[in-house]
Amino acid sequence: MADESIDVRGLTCPKPLVETKKKIRKMEVGKVLEVIGDHGPSKIEIPEMLEEAGNEIMDVSESEGVWKITILKKEV
Amino acid sequence: MEDYHTEKRGVTLTKLSLIMFSGELDKALAGFVLASGAAASGWDVTLFFTFWGINIMRSENKTALEKKDITSKMFGRMMPKGTEELKLSSMHMAGIGTSLMKKRMKEKNVSTLYEMIQDAKELGAKFLVCDMSMEIMGLKKEEFIDEVDDIVGVGTYLKEAKESDVNLFI
Repeated sequence: MADESIDVRGLTCPKPLVETKKKIRKMEVGKVLEVIGDHGPSKIEIPEMLEEAGNEIMDVSESEGVWKITILKKEV
Repeated sequence: MEDYHTEKRGVTLTKLSLIMFSGELDKALAGFVLASGAAASGWDVTLFFTFWGINIMRSENKTALEKKDITSKMFGRMMPKGTEELKLSSMHMAGIGTSLMKKRMKEKNVSTLYEMIQDAKELGAKFLVCDMSMEIMGLKKEEFIDEVDDIVGVGTYLKEAKESDVNLFI
């Protein structure tokens, strides 16, 4: 289960990525964040960019146009 | 000179620097989408505001502390005062086009320019204003929004650009 969750449905570029980053930077290392959204490119870009920053992507799933990304915070 | 290149976890961060030359809404938006997106991706981000671009960072309500000469006053009145007064570079149509664009952005849940400035800032972007542009346009440092980090010369920008992986002129 995720420790924190953020809903970015309805938001468009670059807001889903920006809001995800604003949320995860305030979390402790080792905590899990769940991001729920519907902006197409962000489903690919959020995992790529957060992984590059040092985090671990645990899961990406999608159902009826709504995706869910589960991220383990590792970046310091 | 201070080294602006940041290291985190022993890794040198990817660095983006933008020359914000234009004082038009659409161009400023393009710059700040990149700035906030890069900052959110953990990049080291620096924006250098020069010529018309410095008007993006003007405060709506702050005024100069000291008296200005007549040319400075004229420049001050003729140029846009901050994000809300910027016009589109095309299709402005006496304000109708720009209003329509803002309405459309709101409908589509796109952040306003000022929200993007705040997001980029919160995620660590640095905003530098060109000292020479400020002088010729007669603006004072107290007339800019609080998000501005520093007033600098070309040397600072060149150093930033040299260290950058991505550098764009907007």
